[in-house]
Amino acid sequence: MAGVLIYSDKLNLALELITAGKAINDEVTAVAINDEELAKGLANAGVKVLSVANEAVNVADTAAVASVIKELAGGVKTVLLASNRRGKELAGRLAQKLGAGCLTDVSSFTVNGDKIECQRNALGGATVATQVIVSDKGVIAIAPKSFAPAGEGSGSIELVSLDVSSKVKVLEVKAKSADAVDIEAAEVLVVAGQGVNSQDDLTDIEALAKKLGGEVACTKPVATDKKWLSEERVVGLSGKLCKPELAVLLGVSGQVQFTVGIRDAKTIVSVNTDENASMNQLSDYVLTADLHEVVKDLNSKL
Amino acid sequence: MNIVVAMKQIPDLQQIRIRNRQPVFDDVPLTIGDIDKNALEAAVNLKEGTDANIIVLSAGNEDVEDTIKEALAAGADEAFLILDDDLEDAESSQIATILAAGLKKMDDVSLILFGEGSGDNYSGQVGSRVAELMDLPQVGYVSTIEVNGNVAKVTRSLEDVEEVIEVELPAVISVMAGINEPRIPSVTQILKAGKKPKEVLELDDIEIDLGAATIETNSNLAPESDRKKIVVKSVDELVEKLTAENLIGR
Ligand SMILES: Cc1cc2nc3c(=O)[nH]c(=O)nc-3n(C[C@H](O)[C@H](O)[C@H](O)COP(=O)(O)OP(=O)(O)OC[C@H]3O[C@@H](n4cnc5c(N)ncnc54)[C@H](O)[C@@H]3O)c2cc1C
Ligand SMILES: Nc1ncnc2c1ncn2[C@@H]1O[C@H](COP(=O)(O)O)[C@@H](O)[C@H]1O
Repeated sequence: MAGVLIYSDKLNLALELITAGKAINDEVTAVAINDEELAKGLANAGVKVLSVANEAVNVADTAAVASVIKELAGGVKTVLLASNRRGKELAGRLAQKLGAGCLTDVSSFTVNGDKIECQRNALGGATVATQVIVSDKGVIAIAPKSFAPAGEGSGSIELVSLDVSSKVKVLEVKAKSADAVDIEAAEVLVVAGQGVNSQDDLTDIEALAKKLGGEVACTKPVATDKKWLSEERVVGLSGKLCKPELAVLLGVSGQVQFTVGIRDAKTIVSVNTDENASMNQLSDYVLTADLHEVVKDLNSKL
Repeated sequence: MNIVVAMKQIPDLQQIRIRNRQPVFDDVPLTIGDIDKNALEAAVNLKEGTDANIIVLSAGNEDVEDTIKEALAAGADEAFLILDDDLEDAESSQIATILAAGLKKMDDVSLILFGEGSGDNYSGQVGSRVAELMDLPQVGYVSTIEVNGNVAKVTRSLEDVEEVIEVELPAVISVMAGINEPRIPSVTQILKAGKKPKEVLELDDIEIDLGAATIETNSNLAPESDRKKIVVKSVDELVEKLTAENLIGR
């Protein structure tokens, strides 16, 4: 089997992988594991789908999923996975099974002869590295939203059965509190950093975001340590890479893992009490002031 | 029972300067990745009230011997280091092979903890590769760990859901960033760290073939940035500037 094999358990991400795969080779095959809906969705995007039905394989069992994909990868040179958490975890294991080189968090690539030149953030986001897999086989995990989802087409589904055992048992799956915000799509972002004093201050910050026609986003510690906002709103290396027209940063120091997520914004405003904050060097407008005062002032003036 | 924590030495990213778009590493201090510190803290918490022994495992250049003291001060009981100056630029597959070779020299290992990603490369591969090399089950992006006999109950935190998973031990677990607040060692702990046992091996001692490189890096450059950096004195002035750019009041 020549071509590219793609896998993600999420249909939206798998559709993006089809587009990425077609940029490498016309022949794209997709894998679905115990998920008929996913198999149908992928076939409707015009690819051949290998649909595995085996209750012993749980998608939560990385080792088992890697075994399945290795079996199906046969003569394929490149396997594309999604670089969400599930996909990143799988990437290393699958690569090791295949004896393949592996790159994760790949945000774009150019095909140059038989080389796929991949771009990914390095040094915590301070730099962008261009890297090529030089081993016979390669596993590439593609960052979500780096490619448009594949359009409609007519594909096919082939049922396959495989023997796999599992040492992992899923006891429970809990939904996280749903926050349907899409900060990557927002034209304006008001970003709350750790300079914000308390969760109560977010009310004013939300009001400001509304007045500016945008959304509230945050730095990682505001979501993961303080838990004031959902992880959906985190900007940066382990959050979202955003390109708003305007980003107003409130009490954000500007560490590389954050700035990588906002550096493509058109205009950046930094409000910080520290005139030497690193963020100020990467901003268009710098206001050295207490963010709480600034937010109140802006709310009354706009 | 041994709990192994894999920790990587990295340059302090905040101190890397960019010159002509190139990262400059001169005089940048070495440290341990933040998420690896979360993994160690998780191990220290698991150890409390048990007779578990925490071994920090690291592969890198000679400087690791010094850098790793930070981990010994923060609660690791001993260090197992594989050092060679060639390892500074080794890729994930090679590091995983070395770490697995080190692990195979240890007894009674029930948990092998990793960070979800190293501070500098953040590719999240090494833990998964080691799990495969050791033929062990794995769970990544873990936020809580509970050990009960020969199984662990862990929570894997995905973007949309949390999975509560029971996994047979020994197992490889990689922890999510920020799941705990790593302790800052006291002066006495730092002094004691120098006396804790350290096993230092060279590449030759573990007799492995690093294999050919699978990745080539063509370039590694900071993106170009040309921000205006205009200092405004007041909210009024800010509003005026943004209005002039048609960014507010549209
Ligand atoms: C592998 C890895 C991945 C990471 N991924 C991300 C990521 O995706 N996103 C992310 O954000 N971080 C990420 N981080 C964390 C990152 O390194 C920083 O810790 C984080 O970005 C800092 O957030 P902050 O700027 O809000 O907080 P701080 O660094 O604490 O900065 C707070 C700022 O607020 C200012 N301030 C204080 N009071 C006021 C006031 N009253 N008014 C105005 N200003 C005030 C201070 O001067 C300071 O500059 C990651 C880290 C690692 C290791
Ligand atoms: N050289 C190393 N020595 C010890 N552990 C490492 C090394 N490199 C990576 N790790 C571990 O593997 C995890 C993932 O690293 P990475 O695949 O580089 O993102 C890190 O968080 C560490 O726990």
